[in-house]
Amino acid sequence: MVIDTLKCVGCSDCVVACQTENNVPMGYCRDWVTETVDGAYPKVELELKSERCNHCDNAPCVRCCPTGASHIVEGGVVLVTDDECIGCGACIESCPYDARYQHPEGGYVDKCTFCHHRLEKGQNPACVEVCPTKCMYFGDIDDPTSKVSELLKTRKHKVLAPEAGTSPNIYYLIK
Amino acid sequence: MQEEIFVSGRHIPNIDPYLQIWHWQISLYLFLGGLAAGILFFAALFYLLKKEDEMPATVKYATIIAPIALIIGLAALFFDLSHKLYVWQLYTTVRIVSPMSWGAWVLLITTPISILWVFSYYRETYPKLENKLQTFKRLKFLEPFEKFLIKNRKVMAIALIPLTLVLGVYTGILLSAFNARPLWNNAILGPLFLTSGLSTGAAGILLFAKSHFERTLISKIDLALIFIELALIVHMFMGMYAGSQVQLEAMQVLLGGSYTVMFFVFVIILGLLVPFTLELSEIIGFKVPVIAPAMLVLIGGLIFRMVMVNAGQLTRYLY
Repeated sequence: MVIDTLKCVGCSDCVVACQTENNVPMGYCRDWVTETVDGAYPKVELELKSERCNHCDNAPCVRCCPTGASHIVEGGVVLVTDDECIGCGACIESCPYDARYQHPEGGYVDKCTFCHHRLEKGQNPACVEVCPTKCMYFGDIDDPTSKVSELLKTRKHKVLAPEAGTSPNIYYLIK
Repeated sequence: MQEEIFVSGRHIPNIDPYLQIWHWQISLYLFLGGLAAGILFFAALFYLLKKEDEMPATVKYATIIAPIALIIGLAALFFDLSHKLYVWQLYTTVRIVSPMSWGAWVLLITTPISILWVFSYYRETYPKLENKLQTFKRLKFLEPFEKFLIKNRKVMAIALIPLTLVLGVYTGILLSAFNARPLWNNAILGPLFLTSGLSTGAAGILLFAKSHFERTLISKIDLALIFIELALIVHMFMGMYAGSQVQLEAMQVLLGGSYTVMFFVFVIILGLLVPFTLELSEIIGFKVPVIAPAMLVLIGGLIFRMVMVNAGQLTRYLY
């Protein structure tokens, strides 16, 4: 997934869309928006970002899971199988992005699935679909002709906490 | 001047306040697991060295702590799970890369062996219990089983040596495997928790030891272990001091942050330095009630786990 921080206005539509689409319990969310102000007056910069599970290539949550409930499916999406999860919290402690939580009713661990049920139908994740400024792009980074690959080739970008060594898969366009 | 003025972070009402999802249950379990590993390790070791009769507390009496500690520890772990009914999923797979997975398997084997070990000695350690049990004739069928166990103590002891070492190391590796919590994420935590576990095990044995010979020997072992533990703590700080930015920040929690007083007063001074001095003075010849250093080591070990579990969860990458 590629997110253009220059286009994001921080409206949180992605958050609401996700909560509605995935029936996320009240007070919880699988994605969120952060706001960073850099610099000193009069030269200040504002950066808005929609953040979520980074579906890392080297996912520590998958490595630490004692039952294999956290796993990577074909295509690279990290998912949790509800009825294999024992709710030990190892994945929550291992995630540098703090993208996971224990479901208040189910007890199992829950997080962004990239709307896997929608991907299977060939649709985009709900957050991407509703974004009013079209700042989010979803696609296959391994395919050099995809829109996401094109953007990463031409625009300056970054990932979050690369020093954690997780090879995250959400890229932020910054220039 | 370029500086970050403000980061909004996240305000997810039901997630952010609960990211510290591990509480006293985990600390208690890590302590009890280390204690049981220590006691069983020394029992098996001195049994194999044929010191059974010279060191009855180590091989026979103190081992009663091990199964009790393991069962309480496992119960604490179980109550900490949020999806309890699916706990059996732990035993449907072996995941080499997940410390919690091999911890679960090692506990599945070690806990029953610890019970069998205690059972194989019950006639010697609890003669009164034996008299009472004889009135229940139904328990007769256990006798051949008991004889079988007594014959196979050597097998149990040989199995216990690697199992207890793995159990002791695992209590540390469990935490160090989490790269998202920089304070935990250092390789020294495995040997450090093993040493601390063996030291608390020795302290547990000291509470049962009656003969001068046994007491002095276990005290000497404990002295060496406390010394190694202090050295490993120094190593841990040195490693972090030479580490990345997140590790430098993590170290600050213990060296000038919210857990500094707790760590230095209760773990370093009361849990390690004071018992070290007391045990040393006893060996030199001063009269020291053995319960004092032993209890200090045990309480210090528990507080050490609490500090590490809680402080580690304060150290993060992003939010």
